[in-house]
Amino acid sequence: MTREEIYADLNDVFRDVFDDESITVNDETTSDDVEDWDSLEHINLIAAVEQQFGIKFNMGQIVTMKNVGEMVNIIEAAIK
Amino acid sequence: MNSLEYPFDGEYVLKKSKAIKRELLADGAKRTPKKIAVLGGSTTHDYIRILELFLLNYGIEPSFYESEYAQYYQDAMFDPDELVSFAPDLIYVHTGYRNIENLPSPGASMEEAEALLDAEFGRLEAMWEHLAGKYRCPIIQNNFEYPYYRVMGNHEAVDPSGTVRFVNRLNLKLADYGLSHVGFYVHDVNYLSASYGLDRWSDPAFWNMYKYMCSMQAIPEFAFSLSHICKAIWGLNKKAFALDLDNTLWGGIVGDDGPEGLEIGQETAVAETYAEFQEYLKKQKAIGVLLNVDSKNEEANALAGLNHPSGILRPDDFIEIRANWEPKDRNLVDIASSINIMPDAFVFVDDNPAERMIVADQVPGAAVPDIGKPEEYVRRIDKNGYFEVIGLSDDDRKRNSMYKANAERAHAQSSYADYHDYLMSLEMSAVIAPFEPTYYGRISQLTGKSNQFNLTTLRCSEADVKRFADSEDYVTLYGQLSDRFGDNGIVSLLIGHKDAEHGILHMDLWLMSCRVLKRDMEYAMLDAIIGKARDAGMTRIRGYYYPTAKNGMVREFYKTMGFTLLEGCTEWPADHLDAPEGSTIWELDVSIQREPLNTVIKV
Repeated sequence: MTREEIYADLNDVFRDVFDDESITVNDETTSDDVEDWDSLEHINLIAAVEQQFGIKFNMGQIVTMKNVGEMVNIIEAAIK
Repeated sequence: MNSLEYPFDGEYVLKKSKAIKRELLADGAKRTPKKIAVLGGSTTHDYIRILELFLLNYGIEPSFYESEYAQYYQDAMFDPDELVSFAPDLIYVHTGYRNIENLPSPGASMEEAEALLDAEFGRLEAMWEHLAGKYRCPIIQNNFEYPYYRVMGNHEAVDPSGTVRFVNRLNLKLADYGLSHVGFYVHDVNYLSASYGLDRWSDPAFWNMYKYMCSMQAIPEFAFSLSHICKAIWGLNKKAFALDLDNTLWGGIVGDDGPEGLEIGQETAVAETYAEFQEYLKKQKAIGVLLNVDSKNEEANALAGLNHPSGILRPDDFIEIRANWEPKDRNLVDIASSINIMPDAFVFVDDNPAERMIVADQVPGAAVPDIGKPEEYVRRIDKNGYFEVIGLSDDDRKRNSMYKANAERAHAQSSYADYHDYLMSLEMSAVIAPFEPTYYGRISQLTGKSNQFNLTTLRCSEADVKRFADSEDYVTLYGQLSDRFGDNGIVSLLIGHKDAEHGILHMDLWLMSCRVLKRDMEYAMLDAIIGKARDAGMTRIRGYYYPTAKNGMVREFYKTMGFTLLEGCTEWPADHLDAPEGSTIWELDVSIQREPLNTVIKV
């Protein structure tokens, strides 16, 4: 799966979770850029991303990831 | 909505909750607003988010009070202003194993463990007593799931200091408390977590990162299970089954294979599977669920199948048997009107997806589960919690025989030319008296589920019932009707409050069970309430009619009882302020003694 393909799937997840069809995320996107992305919605988002890609983040990763780019790095490594 | 019925896709529900909510709210359904206080011992956000969806799907529009993180005990004991002014209709205490404060340490003695158990239970009991006294609303309390590790292994269930043993004992104490306290309901998280799978349930990462008592993926099942108790408390349970026969109650087609060719009984695995399903339905009947047949068959064939020597259900177990070639939706509506319940109170069970589609389309509100393969029938029906029991009354146990007797009465009626003669022939007698403690449970249940013959649709918790019964300012009456075919149980309830200054008795509730329609029981109740009003020095009785989607049959009830419509009158009593559009006020002068209106029931 290429990084572009991961982003295509990831955009769908974000749109579902935040119920907003206009969302497009990129490497620099952070929680400040998406309305409603607070710590509580973050839990829901993580669960949905895990389900989409069939992966499981470990606790350390969830706590330290700073932007969507880092999330995609982890996904990329996990599905290789 | 299909996505919210078992078997649902929990991950889809979690991910699409916003879109699902939007869709539910857009369906234009009229929903009952309810205020739920969630007192959490851990994070509750996503539990509430998903619970809301299931409740909306049941026709409830919830608003929530959510305690600050893990503040359940403080909120419960110290009456924060925000909670008091929220005035909850229901309190839900969301606690789990991690909230137990008095766990025994490994190696503790029996005496120490007992003392800790008493301390833990005492702490919880004090909280429930305080909540019940302060808010007078139903309380739902989680019982406790097992810990996810066991230092002593299997011995944790045996040793006095064992945590598994401790949880078992504590849960039993909760159950006993629930049995002896009205308005207190146990949410069986212990069963739920076992059924979900404890290892998948207790993901320590979810506790350590987010302080969630179970894993995120388990939340939809959790919320679904909790929503069953809520909707049962608010009278939204289903009441009856409409059951297909061929390949639903037995394997094979009785018209083609003959009764001897059917798979039912103990001879083969398939036969056993169907027998187990019949047994399941027989148990539902024992708790008061009404069984009916809705089948495309010749009646003689249907009966031959039901009389199969190895079958569990017999023709006598059913209230109505419709075996014909009419469309099934029409049969269902016809059954509903014969036994006087609403079509949306049915669960339609059929192995054929085409039949299910017709019924789902034509009978809005009826439950039409996808029952899957024969070995899945029981679970697919059971998990949906259609008939969630929140307290079993004598009436529940007797309900099927009462409805059966009704069918016999209907038969008897056809042999009388004159309706009055028929009523006299029933040899009816009634007990009409103020609410009694033995019946509080049944009374509350009846206010919760009577929809059609119900003038104000006032729902009362057992605590409310007790409050009305104990109050000097209220007049309460229940009516129990018997006849030569049997006891109908409690069938009518009246609650009124006295306005001594103006000499008016205001009727807060007037309901009657539809199974005693046209038996003149309403006149017997009117005679009794007039007597009570006069005894209390009242000169007028005011009746209120609040229209709902279901109570159109009593729009003119007070008129037929001799009341006068107070046209344009808007003098709603203080606790009737949310009277909906189209509500009416009626009045009856009771200052002069009058002849009793009931002449057929001996009171």
